[in-house]
Amino acid sequence: MDYALQQLLNALAFGAEYSLVALGLAVVFSIMGLVNFAHGEIIGVSAYSVFLAAALGLTSPIVAVLLAVAAAALAAVTFERVAFRPVRYAPTTTGLLTAFGVSIVVQNLFMLLISPKPQSVSILNGLNQMWFFGPFAVSSLQVMELVVSGLTILALVLFLNRSTLGLAIRAASRDFATVRLMGIRANRVIATAFAISGALAGIAAVFILARRGSVSPDLGFGLVLKAFVACVIGGFGSLAGAAAGGMLLGFIEVGLLVALPQEYGGFKDALTYVIIVALLVYRPEGLLGQRVELGDKEI
Amino acid sequence: MLKAENLSVRYGAVVAVRDLSLEIGRGELVALLGPNGAGKSSTINALTGLVTPVAGRIAFDGKDISRTRTEDRIRGGLTSTPEGRHIFANLTVGENLRLGAATRRDPKGVREDIDRFLALFPVLGERYTQAAGTLSGGEQQMLAISRSLMSRPKLLLLDEPSLGLAPRIVAQIFDFIGQLKKEGLTLLVVEQNAKQALRFADRVYVVSSGALRYDGPPAQLADEHGLLNLYLGG
Repeated sequence: MDYALQQLLNALAFGAEYSLVALGLAVVFSIMGLVNFAHGEIIGVSAYSVFLAAALGLTSPIVAVLLAVAAAALAAVTFERVAFRPVRYAPTTTGLLTAFGVSIVVQNLFMLLISPKPQSVSILNGLNQMWFFGPFAVSSLQVMELVVSGLTILALVLFLNRSTLGLAIRAASRDFATVRLMGIRANRVIATAFAISGALAGIAAVFILARRGSVSPDLGFGLVLKAFVACVIGGFGSLAGAAAGGMLLGFIEVGLLVALPQEYGGFKDALTYVIIVALLVYRPEGLLGQRVELGDKEI
Repeated sequence: MLKAENLSVRYGAVVAVRDLSLEIGRGELVALLGPNGAGKSSTINALTGLVTPVAGRIAFDGKDISRTRTEDRIRGGLTSTPEGRHIFANLTVGENLRLGAATRRDPKGVREDIDRFLALFPVLGERYTQAAGTLSGGEQQMLAISRSLMSRPKLLLLDEPSLGLAPRIVAQIFDFIGQLKKEGLTLLVVEQNAKQALRFADRVYVVSSGALRYDGPPAQLADEHGLLNLYLGG
């Protein structure tokens, strides 16, 4: 019972983290058609900001959390302003290559300016404790990951459904030109989408730092690949799909770890992708994706 | 109110609009007629700034807006209802109307305007919280025009409001357009359906192959039957 509960919590916590990062990718993709592979470096900037602040004498974990989120949002907006805005109307492959370029440049900056080796960050270690509920011992970090991700997604849903800017982001995901015809500034809609995407990455960075206790130049890259997969499973461009895809990915991974005998544990990733391929053969548009409608004349 | 001089629009090697000049006076309803591919939508998109003309000048309300961004042209009081309606299908009817008023800062006035359109088109009220994509074509057109009017424009450019709609609905839409003119709104209506467009038009432009072929009162165009046939195919 204890074991089953622990694995369920594992799956939920992994899933929540994938969902956060996947949502960050999906928010930007839905309105710009850009797969931002530099999203991992936003997580990196966030983590290195906390590392630098701690090196300079910061001791408050709360300030560190706020700094992580703010730095990530700022990094995302800066990437958009400097790198993605000039290629906004270029073909999608140009945006994709730009994203890879940004990713490589920023990773190398981490190596050059700080160090290629992992650096220890202990300021957030306090988030990772064991909590005891009667006979059960659970990781405080996993509970927080689940709760914070849930609240974040709820806040995002409220923002997208209630505020004018949120409505504009949803509308822009289908028809950007017409949103501009409403007098809503394209630059503001896009900057907001990037800021949201960055803030989500910053929250993920906090959890990664608390778990690993260290930061390295390639910190976010693997996670972004996972998030990309989560987006594909959920249906690219669909926000609900990204959240659901992230959760499903968490459950598939933990489920395989539990189901596979110890000596076959190495097949986890391979089997994960086999399951995903099978899923996509059955539903090529993803779980919640929509078939692209063709017909209306472009304006 | 609006004056465009020597506009030219090209997409790569293809010239869509060639040296086109037009003028719309305050309170006028001007019809811009022409067959498919004549450059009508390109002209509208050049006026709103969604496409950048390779040559020409546009003045609105006495100011040169040739280099003004689309968003700022809309804020200045010029707006368009695009061809094919382009309602936000994934948003509700209410959210569509609210986005139309995105530039306004008077919530009370916005509410009153929404109520006015719901009274005019009761079906929009019945479907207020449903996805706009579930509306019929005619209802979507009513929503699209209402959404444009939510910004309280001085000049409304309507791109093919009759497209794909049943004749009865088209007549209803044009009744509404006539009413807007009576209320003092300045309008440019782009159409292939000459009969409807000429019902309320003060003046008519005819374009074909990207260039202006006729400029004058509707009565004369109707007289010169040959011209109408030539460019509109009947």
